[in-house]
Amino acid sequence: MKIRAQIGKVLNLDKCIGCHTCSVTCKNVWTSREGMEYAWFNNVETKPGIGYPKDWENQKRWKGGWERVPGGSIRPRMGGKWRVLAKIFANPDLPEIDDYYEPFTFDYAHLQQAGESKAFPTARARSLISGKRMEKIEWGPNWEEILGGEFSKRSEDYNFEGVQKEIYGQFENTFMMYLPRLCEHCLNPTCVAACPSGAIYKREEDGIVLIDQEACRGWRMCVSGCPYKKIYYNWKSGKSEKCTFCYPRIEAGQPTVCSETCVGRIRYLGVMLYDADRIEEAASAENVEDLYQAQLDIFLDPNDPEVIEQARKDGVPEAWLEAARHSPVWKMAMEWKVAFPLHPEYRTLPMVWYVPPLSPINAAANAGQISVNNNMPDIRSLRIPLKYLANLLTAGDEEPIAVCLERMLAMRGYMRAKSIDGVHNESIATDVGLTGAQIEEMYKIMALADYEDRFVIPTGHREDAEDMFEERGSCGFSFGNGCSGGSSKTNLFATQTRKKLQTPTEVL
Amino acid sequence: MSNPPAAVPAGHEALPSIPIDLWINTFLFGALPYIALAVMIIGSIFRYDREPYTWRAGSSQLLRRKQLMWGSNMFHIGILFLFMGHFVGLLTPHSIYKHFISAEAKQLVAIYAGSVAGLICFAGLVLLMHRRFFDARIRRNSAFADNAILVILFVQLLLGLATVPFSLAHHDAEVMLRLSAWAQGIFTFEPGVGRYVAGLDWPYQAHLVLGMLIFLLLPFTRLVHIFSAPVRYIWRGGYQIVRSRKDLRHG
Repeated sequence: MKIRAQIGKVLNLDKCIGCHTCSVTCKNVWTSREGMEYAWFNNVETKPGIGYPKDWENQKRWKGGWERVPGGSIRPRMGGKWRVLAKIFANPDLPEIDDYYEPFTFDYAHLQQAGESKAFPTARARSLISGKRMEKIEWGPNWEEILGGEFSKRSEDYNFEGVQKEIYGQFENTFMMYLPRLCEHCLNPTCVAACPSGAIYKREEDGIVLIDQEACRGWRMCVSGCPYKKIYYNWKSGKSEKCTFCYPRIEAGQPTVCSETCVGRIRYLGVMLYDADRIEEAASAENVEDLYQAQLDIFLDPNDPEVIEQARKDGVPEAWLEAARHSPVWKMAMEWKVAFPLHPEYRTLPMVWYVPPLSPINAAANAGQISVNNNMPDIRSLRIPLKYLANLLTAGDEEPIAVCLERMLAMRGYMRAKSIDGVHNESIATDVGLTGAQIEEMYKIMALADYEDRFVIPTGHREDAEDMFEERGSCGFSFGNGCSGGSSKTNLFATQTRKKLQTPTEVL
Repeated sequence: MSNPPAAVPAGHEALPSIPIDLWINTFLFGALPYIALAVMIIGSIFRYDREPYTWRAGSSQLLRRKQLMWGSNMFHIGILFLFMGHFVGLLTPHSIYKHFISAEAKQLVAIYAGSVAGLICFAGLVLLMHRRFFDARIRRNSAFADNAILVILFVQLLLGLATVPFSLAHHDAEVMLRLSAWAQGIFTFEPGVGRYVAGLDWPYQAHLVLGMLIFLLLPFTRLVHIFSAPVRYIWRGGYQIVRSRKDLRHG
């Protein structure tokens, strides 16, 4: 057993209001640069929909994640090492920028500079790549916002597999949910595996997956390897970039920017202990439906004295063990079983988990044909089909999702009885396999969601890292070459002689 | 009485003037190789050390997939074959390979295999050039060096292919042996090495000079990605990489 700790994350989709604050604050901090305009380390999709980039969940097309080979071992779906290298001159599994969207701006200056005319001046779209006029914007990072577009296109959504989807195209039966997505900081990341340069790595201390910008050569295999399409090729710098889990903030004990700014308070950060020796075993489970349980099995109980002892031996700091015992991620994933990994069938063992959303009861149930149990509607009468959520979160296994939704309904019923009727109804809790005390804790963490309950982040141990005295007077975080920022105009080498992209303004 | 002219000290007699063609030959084929190699090596080390962020392949596939799948694959396969052919063909001493193949046969292999690889490379390069110069996205995001090196490689390829008819015109492998002797002489620091290639037909000489120019320009272009060919990936143990900050601990 080799115990490592990771900062995991849970997103409570039941409370996501789709406001995109996470995406915008993330963009402002990390990707508002030329070459990365199209990239959203955090984005929010409306489901059902094909998402961003288009059709990202279709691994038959993009070849992301791992596949189990007949011998029982796993290898990247895009192929073993020789196969990856064979794709290096031109990668057939790489999305084009139009699969994300062509980044654009508007001729804002024209609004100020246009001469007098009969019609109002307009600011028309212009491509940030070619600098040319874009007559029509065809796609964007959130094109399907609130069920935008025709159902026939949105219903290409991979998660409809095994669902009779036609009826959900009808207005009366439609459903939707939000899915905020970021890098999963997987235990078994395919991006790392696919990187020929060895530039991508997982940090031992906190599990954050990063790209060494100086070692990246831009072979762009990671973009294909990642099944979540959360690695972005910077077309300006020729290097790949990804969500950093805001590691400078995490090291200081602060939540990531997306978590900090989440208006709905849906995001949770906490330490998870896991057995690093069993990663490959868990990722190689024979049936994809078993992968969720396999991942649960390698998480280790932070209250178990044996685990604590071994963790100390393996160098997990005391503060991290303490944080693990109060981890909201542990509680939701392991104690209450209400959080699930996104697409465990990719075999990457993702570490950003999701609480599936409840939804209004469907039209049929509304018409009186509803089955009620202990004052609670049957979860199969909810609008979002169980199978859809199961395809998203448990590789199609409906049972864990059903238990989770029942527990969330029970939490509401229990608290409603307590606070409105003044009745302490323990049977609501026991019916779903919990205790009243557990439900009250669920309520505190998931419904009230105080700041200190959501974010239990131990600070990094800088004394374990570099000698900071040698870092004095340095310039901190920068892109590339020390303090130059990689944008010096006097650079001897070709890259910087490139003209800065200007957006010309049409003057009438 | 006028003073007699001062005697020229011994060893300082006027040297015979150097004919201009010998001077040019010595510069282009005796000095330029060393200049080019020195600039390539020192420049690459300097760039790797000082500007690691600029060291990348510079793929534009994300912006336009069209024409790249065929173009890039054909170009790279062709040029890798040509490079290996030149490397082995020029630098293997005759005394070694004569046990396996006669010089005349080797020349024929070089001509035919080289022509095939050259044509594949040519087709790829044409596609890549069309894409780079006529696709609005790529054109806009190409540095001067990106465009220039593409054209230079194209001209170099044409010069290389232009030598084929000249080589076919004679069946003794004399030109090939002279070229090998020259290339090997560079690496053995042989004095007056330029004499081996003096008087060769112009496509050979132009091909050599432009080739050296490419070596010289290499550190200043995207060609540095050649040095980063990720062959180590094959031998990398397992798939996963974990880094620990503890490795950085001071003392």
